[in-house]
Amino acid sequence: MSTDTLTSELETALPTTLFRFATAGSVDDGKSTLVGRLLHDSKAILADQLDAVARTSADRGFGGDKGGIDLALLTDGLRAEREQGITIDVAYRYFATDRRSFILADCPGHVQYTKNTVTGASTADAVVVLIDARKGVLEQTRRHLSVLQLLRVAHVIVAVNKIDLVDFSESVFREIEADVQQVGRELGLGSDGISDLLVIPVSALDGDNVVERSERTPWYSGPALLEVLETLPAADELESHLESFRFPVQLVIRPQGALAPDAVAAGLDVEAYRDYRAYAGQITEGSVKVGDQVSVLTPGQDPRTTTVVGIDFAGSSLEEASAPQSVAIRLAEEFDVARGDTIAAAGTVREASADLYASLCWLSPKPLREGQKMLVKHGTRTVQALVRNVNGKLDLATFKLEQASTLELNDIGHAQLRLAAALPLENYLHHRRTGAFLVIDPLDGNTLAAGLVKDHPGDHEDERYSI
Amino acid sequence: MSTSLTEETQVTESAVSTRLSSLDTLESEAIHIIREVVAEFEKPALLFSGGKDSVVMLHLATKAFWPGKVPFPVLHVDTGHNFPEVIDFRDRTVERLGLKLVVGSVQEFIDRGELAERADGTRNPLQTVPLLDAIQQNKFDAVFGGGRRDEDKARAKERILSLRDEFGQWDPRNQRPELWNLYNGRHTVGQHVRAFPISNWTELDIWRYIERENIELPGLYYAHEREVFARDGMWRAVGEVSQPLPHEEVIIKTVRYRTVGDMSCTGAVESDAYTVSDVVVEVAASTLTERGATRADDRISEAAMEDRKKDGYF
Repeated sequence: MSTDTLTSELETALPTTLFRFATAGSVDDGKSTLVGRLLHDSKAILADQLDAVARTSADRGFGGDKGGIDLALLTDGLRAEREQGITIDVAYRYFATDRRSFILADCPGHVQYTKNTVTGASTADAVVVLIDARKGVLEQTRRHLSVLQLLRVAHVIVAVNKIDLVDFSESVFREIEADVQQVGRELGLGSDGISDLLVIPVSALDGDNVVERSERTPWYSGPALLEVLETLPAADELESHLESFRFPVQLVIRPQGALAPDAVAAGLDVEAYRDYRAYAGQITEGSVKVGDQVSVLTPGQDPRTTTVVGIDFAGSSLEEASAPQSVAIRLAEEFDVARGDTIAAAGTVREASADLYASLCWLSPKPLREGQKMLVKHGTRTVQALVRNVNGKLDLATFKLEQASTLELNDIGHAQLRLAAALPLENYLHHRRTGAFLVIDPLDGNTLAAGLVKDHPGDHEDERYSI
Repeated sequence: MSTSLTEETQVTESAVSTRLSSLDTLESEAIHIIREVVAEFEKPALLFSGGKDSVVMLHLATKAFWPGKVPFPVLHVDTGHNFPEVIDFRDRTVERLGLKLVVGSVQEFIDRGELAERADGTRNPLQTVPLLDAIQQNKFDAVFGGGRRDEDKARAKERILSLRDEFGQWDPRNQRPELWNLYNGRHTVGQHVRAFPISNWTELDIWRYIERENIELPGLYYAHEREVFARDGMWRAVGEVSQPLPHEEVIIKTVRYRTVGDMSCTGAVESDAYTVSDVVVEVAASTLTERGATRADDRISEAAMEDRKKDGYF
């Protein structure tokens, strides 16, 4: 076996980059089939997995006399899912092309499972929303699109599926495409300079426009779904131009006597590292260089400004690092810096605030009520919070805020919270990481809501973005 | 930049060269998770079997806390049927890094009559009881595992921080949503959390990383000659606990292991991959999943892993 040739081919190829996307759809619009098709046609399904699926398909008489493989079985992993033929929970799948490695969060479409769409979309560079070509835009589609707008997903791709069942009709597709663009305009999705909205006709069952462009849709000259996923810029590429370095401190690395024996054995200068002190974390946004001026933001204190003197990573000293790298940063001054503090480019963060205005995606069967006490986890800090007001919830049919004093499972609403400590809150619109927080139930520790920081009502805010 | 994909639409070409590679991105994500768990939990431990995924986990932990020591002990559930060279590798690694090793022994539970040997001789499913016992005895509130979502359909649904109840059980229908990179590790007394920092890695990512970082592994991951016999469509090593039946012919083959677990249910694959680069090439071209190729216990049913996990398995 000529492994040498193969090895050199692997080594000369450009390193692949990572792209995260999620799928969302309604019941029975063929989402699992689409995911199965992507995995199958990109050769991510191995022989034993395919055999198992083929056996089960045959046992159940899938496809009648024609036979065939039920690709949906590739993704439904839990016993109850296979028994009930539905997808219950987000499943993560992996496949790669020569250009990219993909992480796919396959989100169930049941209306009561919107929490899974929020979950999948929160980390996604792109989300593929499925529409059944026979049904067009449904309320569920509008709900999905509004959630994606709220979460600032960079790329929204609407796959109009089952195009084979409407005889590959251009007029059906164009009508749905126009409806999607209309909903997008109402939401500000695809017209706000932050996100884009693409519409593709596909047949997940037969593979049209999934991996390869289809000859059966000659009126469609755009790329196939996989081509789009391979070429769209990832969220951190889009945000790399931002000069707003942000670094929530996870912990302080201060080994004192307890240096790693393997590092010492490899020649680490024990004396030089006796007083080593660095702040460990993951850069959430922007980049930092040795010599940069930074502010240390500690809740309840004025920002302190100092200089970055070192960026360390496992024995290497870096001149520069950028999101999403995990590093350890050394500062010129011996500040008291701890977990929960944020290091940021000097002078770029507004004053910390204990008044939090936010959009909340309510993900728990326990409703939100005014006067309730909760926990808020923002960056690396968790603080107590009091619900001052619920300022209404979103009507998905009209995208208008309606009166409400409570939020229930799957509601998206506005609320005002009072925090036990002032936090460096930033508008989610411009800062997807430092503008996000979790709402946690202090009793059982469960996650109640996904929170997105809004500007204070008094501040200037572009109303277009204010779902 | 509103676009519908009509004739005039061009998809933007991405500037690949300026981005982190997928391996660097996965490494950063894993280190972030390891640091979060250490910062938020009282007493974490890392499951360490000497298998490649747990070796990669430990390597990531050394990078996360450099130049400090890895600030938690490692925990091994010893089935009593381990490959001797893997146990030797485990002990050398623990000593090299100055770590504390906690061992939960399946054999001791069998000897005390608290576990019964299975008819098929497989001890993998028996690991759950000693695992939960060790977690309870040592009051570990977070346990790092090297589980990956690409391994199995049930694992594909696991959270990165996965809450376990007083009985160690996983409730797949009632998992917390996991949003952004904000991990919620809150738990009540008696509950613990399993943390899976390499959830998003594939088998190929693991091997590419082992190659890039020059990480040492037990030798049986690479091609070597071994006395084997065929059973259940895979090659089983001849050893103290895996003896051929009279009709099973013993031959010498050049094999390697894709997974390293209990000797009684882990099979070898024929391979001439003698080096880590050979293995990367072999895995990239493989047409079978690692569990399908080498784990007899996962062939029992489509939901074998799910059922074990619900009971508290890794």
